[in-house]
Amino acid sequence: MAKIRITLNKEKRRLDVETNETLLEVLRDKLGMKSPKCGCDRGDCGSCAVLLSGKSVRSCLILAIECDGVEITTLEGISQDGMNKLQEAFIEFSSFQCGYCAPGVIISATELLKANPHPSLDEIKEALSGNLCRCTGYTPIFDAILAATKKEK
Amino acid sequence: MAIAHEYEYFAPASLFEATQILSQFGKKAAPLAGGTDLIVFIKEGMITPAAVIDLKRVKDLKALEIKAEGLFLGANTTFSDLVNSQIIKREYRLLWESAHSVASVGIRNRATVVGNICSAIPSMDAAPALLCYDAVVHLISLGSEREVPIQQWFVAPRKTLRKPDEIVAGISLKKPADKHAGIYLKLGRYKGEDLAQAGLGILVTEKWEYRLAFCAVAPIPARASSIEGLLFGKKLNPELILQVQNLIPTEIAPINDIRSSARYRTHICKVMMQRGLPAAVDRLNGVEIDNTGILGG
Repeated sequence: MAKIRITLNKEKRRLDVETNETLLEVLRDKLGMKSPKCGCDRGDCGSCAVLLSGKSVRSCLILAIECDGVEITTLEGISQDGMNKLQEAFIEFSSFQCGYCAPGVIISATELLKANPHPSLDEIKEALSGNLCRCTGYTPIFDAILAATKKEK
Repeated sequence: MAIAHEYEYFAPASLFEATQILSQFGKKAAPLAGGTDLIVFIKEGMITPAAVIDLKRVKDLKALEIKAEGLFLGANTTFSDLVNSQIIKREYRLLWESAHSVASVGIRNRATVVGNICSAIPSMDAAPALLCYDAVVHLISLGSEREVPIQQWFVAPRKTLRKPDEIVAGISLKKPADKHAGIYLKLGRYKGEDLAQAGLGILVTEKWEYRLAFCAVAPIPARASSIEGLLFGKKLNPELILQVQNLIPTEIAPINDIRSSARYRTHICKVMMQRGLPAAVDRLNGVEIDNTGILGG
């Protein structure tokens, strides 16, 4: 057991973690963040994506103890002040069915749009290539992201 | 899924401290950089370290240094560090394209080039570029340092020349002295996050020196020396490319696996050579080439 300090969704937290606990487990089970999902648990599906210092990472491939002193943002943090345009567009375009992949997809899209506010369809596809969806299909997701970028113009 | 295995965790602040811990635990220690492979290996019980030594806080291992004569990639250099560098994109296109083809953004943000060569998976995308640039692996242990040419580094799938008490501090790449151009071709089952069925790195200089390296079509990534010998000093022509294609079965040793048959891998290597060699020469002559379209969409 070790003590770590993190900034989670702009709030400073201290917590005890085991050396073999992943960030995903700690976020979900100790910190109540239910947006990161456990899908493949080996970094292939993107359902567990969160932002670490603004960059998307797979929380299933990171030890919680590695994150001492690090800033973490989950979808809960992105939504703190209500839904943003990206999330609104996801509803408008019905870009999810079961919703399992949606938090990870929105995290990846958030990272993309911060660096590149008006991406092309190819750039969106590349940014989302590590996010698997098995019920909606990708077209409504791409449509929503494209629409959100237009709203922000 | 929880990690069943238990271990001690260390996050040393200096290289000296890291080598001290490593010398104490030896084979029972696992150095951790990005962790995108290591955490999976531990989860799946493939390795059971007594100590995990996180190198991310060792400042000496961070630097990506760009010099006139070449590059130094510190152990904590991620694939995103390479992809986001305009200098790497402009001057080390082969390396940039291989980094850009690794998995997805979320993996590239974390995964390191050094971690990649330490995992030594046969399909690793960075290897052809490192082989073509005659990279040198820099190793540090308590009280000693050594350098290993990348050509000798890979011993077998998942086996390298790293000794248990050594940390890979970084990799240096040397630019060819003459004007040159490179390209990386990768075939996966789909465009997106996938391992290579076959990968080929090509570097050609204005004096018609060719450097060629494959990944995913043999137990270890390797230069294609007999093809390099055949091409040396010659301008490309269709007959020469045909001779190159005929040599491919002697240069590779592909396997049948879930991603592809050995026969298909051999075939696609011939296609890669047929399209990749002229594309590299076109780049040498200043033509803009999109490497992702060469093998189809």
